[in-house]
Amino acid sequence: MSKEWPLWEVFIRSQHGLAHKHVGSLHAPDAEMAINNARDVYTRRNEGVGIWVVKASDIVSSSPGDKTALFEPSNNKVYRHPTFFPMPEEVKNL
Amino acid sequence: MSTIATYVRRLGDNTLILSQRLSEWCGKGPALEEDMALTNVALDLIGQARLWFAYTAELEGNGSDEDQLAFLRDAHDFSNLLLVEQPNGNYADTLVRQFFFDAWHYHVLMALTRSADARIVEIAEKSIKEVTYHLRRSGDLVVRLGDGTEISHRMMQAAVDNLWMFTGEMFSQDDVEQRLQQSGVAPAADAIRAQWLEHVAEILGEATLVMPAADAWMQSGGKQGRHTEHLGYLLAEMQFLQRAYPGSKW
Repeated sequence: MSKEWPLWEVFIRSQHGLAHKHVGSLHAPDAEMAINNARDVYTRRNEGVGIWVVKASDIVSSSPGDKTALFEPSNNKVYRHPTFFPMPEEVKNL
Repeated sequence: MSTIATYVRRLGDNTLILSQRLSEWCGKGPALEEDMALTNVALDLIGQARLWFAYTAELEGNGSDEDQLAFLRDAHDFSNLLLVEQPNGNYADTLVRQFFFDAWHYHVLMALTRSADARIVEIAEKSIKEVTYHLRRSGDLVVRLGDGTEISHRMMQAAVDNLWMFTGEMFSQDDVEQRLQQSGVAPAADAIRAQWLEHVAEILGEATLVMPAADAWMQSGGKQGRHTEHLGYLLAEMQFLQRAYPGSKW
């Protein structure tokens, strides 16, 4: 057994928030304690929050070296960006 | 002093003294996350102490306030349970003390949400949310460490055995509490004791720890101001500044 607790990434949805946002990381021996710790470290126990914890080792990240291949092609083709549609007033949070 | 004020002050003394003990852990927890959690609990408890003391001062109506109650009383005027003034010891000692107290605190506050005194109900309802979390946390850790390694198991069992004699006091009723029970302000100690024993037996069982005999000999005296030798030192540290510069604004 490793002596070091594994690293967990913490995502929190605040009381009026629409989506879970990454807020930081912490060490914990398992998911349940990671949730408890996230509550103490990151939420000050505000009511109505959602917490996700994910083992850092389960997250796959894009590599900076792939930046050009992944994101560049669309940047010079404005017609690929859906920014030309007027949004109706009633549609919030888009 | 009215019987209600005496009772409310006891609740405040318990939370104040335990909060002081827990704050001694600040920066010394076994992990950053544990450090944060313990100090969070300390902050919850100090908040509750303030609520109980504010009500005590109101009932006494002699111009005293939360600060005077916390900083200008000596050990024999404190009525906290002996359990909460025990030293932090190692992490097992702190956790077991916390679990024994949380389990009692939870069941008492649940009962107090049905108290005949409206202000007590209000404070109990506010506190119970925090204490539900405290109990969940300390119970969880007792199981993890009791059922952990050989060493952690041994340390947890030692803590249980050492602190057990301070648990009986939580259910000893003096005439103040008896009178308040009759008027529906305070809960019946017997009922709380049964709930506490059941709760503790379940968690200790899960933690593979041996529960000492429920009818073992118990220490008492805290409620009457007869404390262990630890409280004087705790107060000397906690009250130093207020004693040196009484009545200052801060």
